[in-house]
Amino acid sequence: MRDIPSDQITRTVKELFLKACFELGRDVLDAFHKGLEDEESPVGREVIGRLLENARLAGETRIPLCQDTGLGIVFVELGQDAHVVGGGLRTAIEEGVRQAYREGHLRKSVCHPLTRANTGDNTPAVIHIDVAPGDRVRITAVPKGGGSENMSRVFLLKPADGWEGIKARVLETVSEAGPNPCPPIIVGVAVGGSFELAALEAKKTLLRPLGSPNPDPEAAPLEKELFEAVNDLGVGPMGLGGRVTALGLHLKIMPCHIASLPLAVNIQCHSARHEEAVL
Amino acid sequence: MSEPVRLTAPLTREDLEPLNSGDTVLISGTIYTGRDAAHKRLIEAVRQGLELPFDPEGQIIYYVGPSPAPPGRVIGAAGPTTSYRMDPYAPALMAKGLRAMIGKGRRSDEVKKAMIEYGAVYLGAIGGAGALLGQAIKEVEIIAYEDLGPEAVRRLRVEDFPAVVVNDLKGRDLYMEGQKKYARGEKG
Repeated sequence: MRDIPSDQITRTVKELFLKACFELGRDVLDAFHKGLEDEESPVGREVIGRLLENARLAGETRIPLCQDTGLGIVFVELGQDAHVVGGGLRTAIEEGVRQAYREGHLRKSVCHPLTRANTGDNTPAVIHIDVAPGDRVRITAVPKGGGSENMSRVFLLKPADGWEGIKARVLETVSEAGPNPCPPIIVGVAVGGSFELAALEAKKTLLRPLGSPNPDPEAAPLEKELFEAVNDLGVGPMGLGGRVTALGLHLKIMPCHIASLPLAVNIQCHSARHEEAVL
Repeated sequence: MSEPVRLTAPLTREDLEPLNSGDTVLISGTIYTGRDAAHKRLIEAVRQGLELPFDPEGQIIYYVGPSPAPPGRVIGAAGPTTSYRMDPYAPALMAKGLRAMIGKGRRSDEVKKAMIEYGAVYLGAIGGAGALLGQAIKEVEIIAYEDLGPEAVRRLRVEDFPAVVVNDLKGRDLYMEGQKKYARGEKG
């Protein structure tokens, strides 16, 4: 067993959220530059140029990339030989979120679903804990904005719908979302699993670096086909029309029940913020 | 892109008449913020015949919930939020003289109809460019619903705040026209 102090987890979570909210990942910046080359619409290129300027400014001035600094989503891969000491793991994560949002002047965007009263410190976070081999802890912080999350969908299709049905629902989701989720977007698609697993895995695909190959040889060509179809929709940067509707589309395929064909489409805005650390 | 049109808020209907869907605008002057929870309260006040925290006549509402101002600054990041959530409330404010809304994303048919009926336009700002757009905001004052935190109504003084005309007085819609122009194949 290896001991990991809970206050180290708090500190790490705090730092990850702060970094994510002020510094856009290299893969997203590279995708913007590629988008500038691919985009045919002058307005679309102008928008991408402004997004690059925004990213530079956020890094320099320590003003968040986006005012929606998100719901605090945290993925933890806890090594089965790691032992968190000095406090509870979830409590330590919540405290890290609390400190990041307070000290970093990030927006507190969490409220009661019915009264809409703000909780005041951006907690509770949404925490997903998985067990992994080894004695390390991998923590991924994802400040996820509400605008793109609102445009995400889960479908429970009929097996007869097949790939064509999946493709039609993904295109419908992106087209209906149109300008709302801040395109150019990243589309996380999970096929199979169950109602909840499809949604979770769709979100996890968003963590894969843009431009990286799909590790599943079956999914790779289908992913490419869907990505091209999405960019043929014409939505474009900010939905003002253009070639670059999505910076990436990531597909995960999983086994499912013989009666089912679950499909989840999780949409991520261009401010695709996620940071990870291994303790 | 065309030369930007300069607008100074508050606005008159005459200011809006030359605007065309697709025009870029630079807004200066006084504008107000309001998003979900503030709109709910504003409309409740309209229904009860109570005085509003500001007179909507000629005004612009910016759909934004800014991040807190760090020390030495007037505001944090301040980009637009998605507008359709304010659709149920927007026509009643246009009936009270509201001239423009700044946000991002599509509006409902009812809102588009109300814009033509009452003479108002919808302006799109770049979503997710919060650090950049915050730079155009020079003064901030919370004027109502302070308990709503990021959703409180703020009076802003802006200088050259950039936006694009999405819906003009003639009923054109930049989102529909833009997507149609670049769609390929039967899926468009």
